[in-house]
Amino acid sequence: MSMSRQPMASRHALPVKQLLLTLLAWSVAFVIFFPILWMVLTGFKTETAAIADPSFIFSPTLESYQAVQARSGYARFAINSVAVAFGSTLLALLIAIPSAYAMAFLPTKRTKGTLLWMLSTKMLPPVGVLVPIYLIFRDVGLLDTRTGLILVYTLMNLPIVVWMLYTFFKDMPKDILEAGRMDGASTFQEVWYLLLPLTLPGIASTGLLSVILSWNEAFWSLNLTSSKAAPLTAYIASFSSPEGLFWAKLSAASTMAIAPILILGWMTQKQMVRGLTFGAVK
Amino acid sequence: MATLQLHDLVKRFGDTEVIKGVDLDVEDREFVVFVGPSGCGKSTLMRMIAGLESASEGDILIDGQRMNDVGPADRGLAMVFQSYALYPHMSVADNMGFSMRLAGVPKAERRAKVLEAARILQLEPLLERKPKALSGGQRQRVAIGRAIVRNPGIFLFDEPLSNLDAALRVQMRIELARLHEELDATMIYVTHDQIEAMTMADKIVVLHDGVVEQVGSPMALYHHPRNRFVAGFIGSPTMNFFAVEVAGLDAEGVRVTLPGGGQCVVPVDGSRVQQAATLELGIRPEHLRLDDAGPLGGTIQVLERLGGQTSLYIETDGGLVTLMADGDVAYRVHDPVRFGFDASRAHLFDAEGLACESLKAHPLASLTRQDNRVSPQAAP
Repeated sequence: MSMSRQPMASRHALPVKQLLLTLLAWSVAFVIFFPILWMVLTGFKTETAAIADPSFIFSPTLESYQAVQARSGYARFAINSVAVAFGSTLLALLIAIPSAYAMAFLPTKRTKGTLLWMLSTKMLPPVGVLVPIYLIFRDVGLLDTRTGLILVYTLMNLPIVVWMLYTFFKDMPKDILEAGRMDGASTFQEVWYLLLPLTLPGIASTGLLSVILSWNEAFWSLNLTSSKAAPLTAYIASFSSPEGLFWAKLSAASTMAIAPILILGWMTQKQMVRGLTFGAVK
Repeated sequence: MATLQLHDLVKRFGDTEVIKGVDLDVEDREFVVFVGPSGCGKSTLMRMIAGLESASEGDILIDGQRMNDVGPADRGLAMVFQSYALYPHMSVADNMGFSMRLAGVPKAERRAKVLEAARILQLEPLLERKPKALSGGQRQRVAIGRAIVRNPGIFLFDEPLSNLDAALRVQMRIELARLHEELDATMIYVTHDQIEAMTMADKIVVLHDGVVEQVGSPMALYHHPRNRFVAGFIGSPTMNFFAVEVAGLDAEGVRVTLPGGGQCVVPVDGSRVQQAATLELGIRPEHLRLDDAGPLGGTIQVLERLGGQTSLYIETDGGLVTLMADGDVAYRVHDPVRFGFDASRAHLFDAEGLACESLKAHPLASLTRQDNRVSPQAAP
């Protein structure tokens, strides 16, 4: 950020300062990235090397990956993760698009308050509602089901999804929707033919964020699933077991768990950045 | 083809009343312009007619049918927005055909209607382009095309030319007038630009603070403004006003004392005027004339030479006065000048700002745009 704020001229006038800033930026990026790098490296170590003095020099091995694969099927967990992350995102968007439409285009004097209240639910620590939700899930038979997890994730992400869509929708010129209404569009047609195509980048980045948040969620997946519906986060956790902590295997499993979402994020990063900075830099 | 009636129309946003009881009759095929300063409620009034805002009170009748509870698309109207409001993700053809697509019109018929509108507006070569690849004037035409294909009884234009540059504005103005003739539809047009109002309207509705100040033909408004607001708003440069004292009343009109002591008789009905009352005299800059023996005088503060005409801004005892003179007057800044006017061109306004009625109607006051077209020489 600090780099982009430099005026263009300073690039030529102060090469030293520019260089230092570049170095600083790279260092910060490296520090942020380091845990992930270390995890990936550890995954290629033997268990002994993993707990030895930290070192970048070692002979890489696929031993841990083989062990992880042998112990339990990665695929089953991965399928659960995909189903739950995309399922909950789809459901959240289905609920959030009409809500955000109403808030952005038909606001009342309570709209702002409602938005803030929705966001405030994110301030409650999830553990505060663990027992009631667990009991409800047990009674209605949602424990260890994908449906149950999809429901929880949807509720968990809904405030953020509504909030983000609301800001994207607010940027949409009202005239265009009114022109649609004059042309005879029903509310649904207005949304389908005009609002959705025109705010697609925003909806896509909101959806991506929701997928990522659901994918990485561990608290609810650990508490509400055991085997049938367990996603990759539960899979990772299973490597920290009463038999001991196996760093190399844990790292190998984690690397495999984050790989799909990392690749997805990589492919869509342009979309993500555009979405997250939409109204700000228009 | 349609008529429109508004009966005692009121619009409130919360506790604020923005339209305060508007009555209006728009005849079939009439070109009506709503004009007024920003915030006068003219756009709100149009949006209420369009159905984009609901009426708080009163009735909206189109062809005699009450339309208050009818949706915007079912009122037989089409609207051209100030921002054009084109659908950016659709081609020109799809923009124009969108209403028909929603209505389920078969593709071939849609295509034919779009082509017809494109022909009228000379948009044929642009049909496959997206709006962002069009110039401002072209976008404007697409917006009009989108309205035309709906074949509405009434066209609504919400300040459609305000985003165009001056040259294009003049061109589009002419084009809209031509379109009105070709389509033979009722048109309602909102603008804050009184030149647009004067040049295009059959009937001008002057709005101020949510109230209709006056309805009439452009020439009626120019020659017989009902009150001080209309007098000041219509005409450019704006009308000059002086405080004058009533010196006498007779059948000829009202005799008033001008600043500086001169007197003149303004031929207006003096029945509401009292002896020695202070009134305001209004006279347009183009009706003032330089005259060394004139009753008024001052010093030239600013002088704007436009070539054909020269605007003189003259500091007088009664304030700054604008005078339109010949292009080749020899005066310079700081020169003293004297000037006068033909009293039959003057207007008198009472303390409430209401105009005293002229004793004789101006011969052009009943002239409409229609008359201009039919027989230009008919005007005396």
